[in-house]
Amino acid sequence: MNKELYPHLDELENQSMYIIREAYNQFKNLAMLWSIGKDSTVLLWLTRKAFFGHVPIPLVHIDTSYKIPEMIEYRNKFALEWKLTMIYGQNQQALKDKQTFPDGAIDRIACCKALKTDALRNTLSGSWDRFRLNHDTGTYDVDSNREPFTGVIVGARADEEGSRSKERYFSPRDKNSDWNIGDQPPELWNQYKTEFAPGTHVRVHPLLDWTELNIWEYIHREQIPIVSLYFNQGDGKRYRSLGCYPCTSPVESDATSVEEIVEELRSGKFSNIAERSGREQDKEDGGGLETLRREGYM
Amino acid sequence: MATSNTFKIVIVGHVDHGKSTIIGRLLADTGSLPEGKLEAVKANCERNSKPFEYAFLLDALKDEQAQGITIDMARCFFKSDKRDYILIDAPGHIEFLKNMVTGAARAEAALLVIDAKEGVQENSRRHGYLLSMLGIKQVAVVINKMDLVDYSESVFNQIVSEYSAFLKELDVEPTSFIPISAFMGENIVKPSNAMSWFKGQNILSTLDGFTAEEKAAEQPFRMFLQDVYKFTADGDDRRISAGRVESGQLSNGQEVIFLPSKKKTNVLRFEGFNEDSYETVKPGKSTGFQMSEQIYVKRGELVCRTDQVLPQVSRRFRANIFWMGREPFVPNKDYIIKIGTEKVTGRLARVNLVINAGEDLSKVEKAQIERHEVAECIIETRKPIAFDLNTDIEATSRFVIVDDYDISGGGIIRESMETDSSAYVEESIQRELRFERSQISNLIRRERYRQKPALVLFCGAKGADHKNLAKALEESLFNSGHLVYFIGMGNVKYSVDRDISMLDDQSNEHIRRFSEVAYLMMDAGLIVAGSMQTPTDDQIRLIESLISPHEVLFVRVDQKPNSVPQYEMMLDSEVEIKTNLVRVRNRLNELKITTDINE
Repeated sequence: MNKELYPHLDELENQSMYIIREAYNQFKNLAMLWSIGKDSTVLLWLTRKAFFGHVPIPLVHIDTSYKIPEMIEYRNKFALEWKLTMIYGQNQQALKDKQTFPDGAIDRIACCKALKTDALRNTLSGSWDRFRLNHDTGTYDVDSNREPFTGVIVGARADEEGSRSKERYFSPRDKNSDWNIGDQPPELWNQYKTEFAPGTHVRVHPLLDWTELNIWEYIHREQIPIVSLYFNQGDGKRYRSLGCYPCTSPVESDATSVEEIVEELRSGKFSNIAERSGREQDKEDGGGLETLRREGYM
Repeated sequence: MATSNTFKIVIVGHVDHGKSTIIGRLLADTGSLPEGKLEAVKANCERNSKPFEYAFLLDALKDEQAQGITIDMARCFFKSDKRDYILIDAPGHIEFLKNMVTGAARAEAALLVIDAKEGVQENSRRHGYLLSMLGIKQVAVVINKMDLVDYSESVFNQIVSEYSAFLKELDVEPTSFIPISAFMGENIVKPSNAMSWFKGQNILSTLDGFTAEEKAAEQPFRMFLQDVYKFTADGDDRRISAGRVESGQLSNGQEVIFLPSKKKTNVLRFEGFNEDSYETVKPGKSTGFQMSEQIYVKRGELVCRTDQVLPQVSRRFRANIFWMGREPFVPNKDYIIKIGTEKVTGRLARVNLVINAGEDLSKVEKAQIERHEVAECIIETRKPIAFDLNTDIEATSRFVIVDDYDISGGGIIRESMETDSSAYVEESIQRELRFERSQISNLIRRERYRQKPALVLFCGAKGADHKNLAKALEESLFNSGHLVYFIGMGNVKYSVDRDISMLDDQSNEHIRRFSEVAYLMMDAGLIVAGSMQTPTDDQIRLIESLISPHEVLFVRVDQKPNSVPQYEMMLDSEVEIKTNLVRVRNRLNELKITTDINE
């Protein structure tokens, strides 16, 4: 492993590990969101770093059922290999009633709300079924634990888009998962909000100071296995950001390796183009993500 | 291949002095905006028939645009030829002081903006003061809107002299003063034609001139213990003490002491995942190590090297604090004090003075500290904590105060204050450092004797039942195979106290000697069943300090006693001894001091 390659990543890595360890110590019911994308996979890797190879925190994936199939394969492979406590949640009612955008019933933003925001909120609170990986059978069983998670670690980065740049490392959400941006607690000297009123919960953001480029540099440095959708498979296209297939398009790119992606971001064709440009829901409403984030979307 | 470190700067100043415009300019003029962003914002302005402003580039949030002021710190990324920057935009409005503090605390350097036309305002001063308290040494003062004063050199000089005088009082020396016009783009990324009289650096070259924060590698080693891990999955039997290095260096094999518990061990091996093995840690590193001896230490303790200067250990200190809470900071109320990973209950003991940070730094006497005030005060914690003075090691001198779930204040410790037990704390630390021990460690003894040494101290009024209870506990433990010894205050008085028999029976020196005698027995692995007349609160802390790193359980024996926080247990002296004894034995089992052999 070549540490000399990106020495500037050390500080980011150390800070993120510190935050993950603080969250683990301070929250009794803690979970980590794993979207299978590059950011939350780096987050998972940092967790293994923080705990010397172990992952003592359950991972939660919100499965909209419209995720690109490779993502689910990848999730299950590494959940077994790294012995993760793997949980997924889903809006089964909306899927059963065909109340989704791909079914033509609702628009993109409403679909995101139903399949992601609502599913996330109800999975975290334990009011909907959680499905937990059984390491003996390799299948998912309904989890008997329905206790609400009071701390949720998320892989959001400040450079993704406007609203995320206002997050704290530890951002409180109230009983309705609302985010009061104007009145957040102060954070200084590595002291975070770890005391909170009953019924509220805290979002923890260890990757806040990382950029998209840093994420790829780190994947390169640490040799983190990453889902193949991020690479050009020979058709001149790759995904830059992963989501549901009806709403996410690949970008034109020849990059077939992590090194080539790093180069593309640093000085190549993507050095000045926003990461989420392939995400259609961002374009429907000027403040779309802001609205969704208030309601709990990651 | 490697890129340079991203450098974090914060931009602060009074509301409407033009911070957002400066940032918009920096982003645009360094070519750091996403493709098409500038054009899109300009087009949007044209559609809505309002003049384009660089500040609009930052207004990523809807409600922020509606209010027209920055409510929270926002991060922007931009690049110079030299390096990458994160620019933290801190709000200037007093209402959002806690957001300003959050932004500034993350930065390595600061730009402090003053409007040339309005001059030095309340928040120009307050922010200057806070930057100094937060420990930001590199500050460039930017005099903006020079176009509104006809680029006048004398206006610039007047503000420089006024503000320099203010900063001097705070022992802050600004790196530079820069006259600019963000609106016109003067002195932002290139020298200004309109102000050819100014020979200094523009903003960008000033930023490039800042140096990365110097990590305190040469200072004594300090690391707050964050956690102790023992993950048993896959047969992993490592027990790892984890934390992040605050200052200094630590290497394999070196001896460390955990404060305030005073427990000592050596570093056996540093641990890591997916990284080459390493022998030494330096500041900033999130690390973990195995210890050569299994000792029981708690999160919040300060790990130090025994061959270096040790920190202060005290429960009373003088500090400068700033208060951000809605409710004032008041005496006689419990707060949570967090320093590093340590969390203790503490109180405001006294307000020395409140500093008028928004004006002339004049000092006012007050009994409590209101929102947005800066003050010098004395704080007392319930238990002793380890810390350094701000003049020695900054990182371990900083603490926050939590009121009703939220961080409400921050402070830096200036002085460790004497308490009645200070001298004893120092005595016990020196004892731990110098005590010679054989190869038979506490742990070996503990395993052999199947018990944890502890002092169970029964306290009561003169003539109460405490002595009989202590003796009964000795007998009971002895009969179940434990190594135990009864010792009453009288026994010490007629032996090692002979030379001070003239002193009052309850004097600290009697108590000190009692504690040291008990300590020796515990060091030999024994459980000590002690008895004495009820000590004062200060004496309880004195005993705790001297007995630590061993444990002491205070048991109060009284008629219908009320619960007192210092006491582990309250026993009713009118209840049968046998019943009380069962309670004590059960408690000892719960605390794993004994494991009941009959079970």
